[in-house]
Amino acid sequence: MPIGSVPPKYKVTIDKDLCMLCERCIENCPYGTFRREGNKIQIFSRACTGCHRCIAMCPRDAISLQEKPIDYRSHPVWSREAREAIYNQAQTGKIVLTGMGNALNVPQIFDRLLLDACQVTNPSIDPLREPMELRTYIGKKPRKLTIDKTPEGDIDLVTKLAPNLKCETPIMIAHMSYGAISLNAQLSLARGAAEEKTFMGTGEGGLHESLYPYQDNMIVQIASGRFGVDIDYLERGAAIEIKIGQGAKPGIGGHLPGEKVDESVSKTRMIPPFSDAISPAPHHDIYSIEDLSQLVRSLKEATEWKKPVFVKIAAVHNVAAIAAGIARSSADAVVIDGFRGGTGTAPRVFRDHVGIPIEAAIAAVDAKLNEQGIRNEVSVIASGGIRDSADVTKAIALGADSVYIGTAALVSLGCRVCGNCYRGLCPWGIATQREDLTARIDPDIMYKNVSNLIHGWTLEISELMGAAGINSIESLRGNRDRLRGYMLDENILSVLDVKTVGADV
Amino acid sequence: MKMCGIISVIDKKKNPMDGTAVREALSIMNERGNGEGSGYAVYGAFPEFADYYAIHVFYDDLIGPKTAVEEELEKVGTIKHDEEIPTFEQPNLKKRHIPWRYFFQPNVSALGTTASEEDILVYLMKKVNTTIPGALIYSTGKNIAIFKAAGWPEDVANFYRIQDYEGYIWLSHNRYPTNTAGWWGGAHPFNLLDWSVVHNGEITSYGTNKRYLEGNGYVCTMHTDTEVVAYLTDLLQRQHELPPELAFKALAPPFWDEIDRMPEKERELNTALRMTYGPAMMNGPFAIVVASSEGIAGITDRIKLRPLVAAEKGDRLYLSSEEAAIHVMEPSPDRVWMPRAGEPVIGRVY
Ligand code: SF4
Ligand code: SF4
Repeated sequence: MPIGSVPPKYKVTIDKDLCMLCERCIENCPYGTFRREGNKIQIFSRACTGCHRCIAMCPRDAISLQEKPIDYRSHPVWSREAREAIYNQAQTGKIVLTGMGNALNVPQIFDRLLLDACQVTNPSIDPLREPMELRTYIGKKPRKLTIDKTPEGDIDLVTKLAPNLKCETPIMIAHMSYGAISLNAQLSLARGAAEEKTFMGTGEGGLHESLYPYQDNMIVQIASGRFGVDIDYLERGAAIEIKIGQGAKPGIGGHLPGEKVDESVSKTRMIPPFSDAISPAPHHDIYSIEDLSQLVRSLKEATEWKKPVFVKIAAVHNVAAIAAGIARSSADAVVIDGFRGGTGTAPRVFRDHVGIPIEAAIAAVDAKLNEQGIRNEVSVIASGGIRDSADVTKAIALGADSVYIGTAALVSLGCRVCGNCYRGLCPWGIATQREDLTARIDPDIMYKNVSNLIHGWTLEISELMGAAGINSIESLRGNRDRLRGYMLDENILSVLDVKTVGADV
Repeated sequence: MKMCGIISVIDKKKNPMDGTAVREALSIMNERGNGEGSGYAVYGAFPEFADYYAIHVFYDDLIGPKTAVEEELEKVGTIKHDEEIPTFEQPNLKKRHIPWRYFFQPNVSALGTTASEEDILVYLMKKVNTTIPGALIYSTGKNIAIFKAAGWPEDVANFYRIQDYEGYIWLSHNRYPTNTAGWWGGAHPFNLLDWSVVHNGEITSYGTNKRYLEGNGYVCTMHTDTEVVAYLTDLLQRQHELPPELAFKALAPPFWDEIDRMPEKERELNTALRMTYGPAMMNGPFAIVVASSEGIAGITDRIKLRPLVAAEKGDRLYLSSEEAAIHVMEPSPDRVWMPRAGEPVIGRVY
């Protein structure tokens, strides 16, 4: 039934006094918001996604953008989003798709956790004068060391250490596949990660050969679609990650539309060109924790036990027990992805309503592993909604070994979190395969944005640690004494095992 | 804790020393304390009960808690002898607790598991300190006496008349507490089984260390960071059987920069040590002396934010926050030196 159109999301205006008619906005907008009519730029605001590409490129700062220019009658229950989803579905009868992370206005626990600093009774440490250690080893650790003392008094190490990833910062770049994002975006991320001596995930789309130079800093992923997986792929990665679930859409699979599968994506994923790449909801060979454990072991066998194997799950209600089960397999690290995690495409109801926040998940997983006395034997990587170095520091104080950043890394490449990745026309050249758009990223220049970001955050973490009188990241991990909860209720404080602000030591 | 005074001595030939000198030495560091807590540990204190675990308990009264504790003790072993620890009223010291000691033999089959004698003691300490209000076990070692209270060093020394005790190791501590004021349980030395610890500083990694210990079955009940040193030492040296040099290195390991420059074998060992015992590493400013019946070891944090001086004279090794305190006990030492940051100074009995 025709019910007309919903109000446009944005209203774009151009200040005619400023505009020089250079047409850059027209060239830059793939959605067709702008067109030239005589001596005027005509604007079709309804096409705008709020990606800011035109605004960033306009030499005259002539463009203004207003969000939600037309109000709905305000109503506490019937929000704009609720109503618009219904109009949309009444017309299409389909699942409403969205991009990027959770868009509900739920409280961010990170913002309600406060960090500590030294005053008088112990000195803070100045990272400019004293060493500050952020080196993080990701992988299995022995429970205890066994040594032999030779008759000469020498100490021989008997314990054999499992392979670990050595990262010079606790920040890694999350898995974003070739297909979901462009090769140029991947190249920039990979080089940025390598520059900072840390790691990046390939996502489930295989490893394109132009990434081979960075393979020592890449974690190759195996998801339910098994795209691009062969022995060569496994051997190239520094580590292997089995993806069971994703915070943005726990419990469901993925779908890369055929339009995005061009020749190169198809070759890398090892699927026919222009066919839909569908990742089923479960792995068809994993229906229990025993099956998972078998897959972990066969991957290790295949790579001669030389590579750490991670398992990624979405933070769901029972995350602690599941993580403990994974930790007891041969897996070297558990990745937990919180419900604010980003994604290229996810059904709106999943993105906003399934899963739990990463803060609670980290605390619960850390507590469960510690209860079982195996916390230090396995690494915990947290992801999903990490926005700055304070979030990283808090995640580690709650019990994570390191974090994956996805959205934040894309934002460093220009992404404006417009949430339209699923349309394949990303004006920043990130979530698209269209050549004219991907050409907007020059990896030789843009990698610097990524490495700057990681570098800057790493410096900030050093400062935060120094202020807290800590000079090594190991002493921050799980150090919940150095956190206080602000305006958090007692239940959540007890899950986080954090005291309230004002509480005594 | 901010600034505390430590003094300790070992006679490596196990010749006994009485408590007079250590009392004098500790008092000259009065400005390092505020009269809120002092304590002494002496090894070799009970030759007639040397084979029994000397369990020390602070009772708030002798009615409820004492019966409850004795019931617990008898469930898992035999009390050979017990007595109130003799104390002598001091004008400036308020007797808040009644200190008691038991000479105890655990029964290894009592728990019905493969628990060792030590495990039973650890179990008892946990059980009493977490479930019996008004009772606190503060020492469990064999042949070790602990004397501590909230008060100035000489008052505490006179309260217990430490000059009447003899031993081959003395550890003492003068406290300036900023976090757990006036609590007897919070005074040093801390003891667990054969380990006693005195500590000057503040452990900024306390939360991490505590969780690691909890994951390994320990329960921190003293509301202060020093006890983690005793438990970590017990875990690494008794349970994991690491030699003292390595165990202390795990607590204050070399920086990665130094490790990266080491020859291969050493590098591998140190890397493995840090990876395996990361959560045991202690951060923040500290100087610590740990004693066991085998000897004493002193160590400072990795950037030496707290002082520690060592001295030797014949068979005796002294470790102290201040050189002056050593001179009170030994006016003409053979050698006095400042140990390097993170490098343990160890004195073993022959
Ligand atoms: S980019 Fe700016 S100056 Fe150029 S045509 Fe568009 S609005 Fe005008
Ligand atoms: S990647 Fe591109 S399409 Fe996706 S949110 Fe960022 S700017 Fe928008």
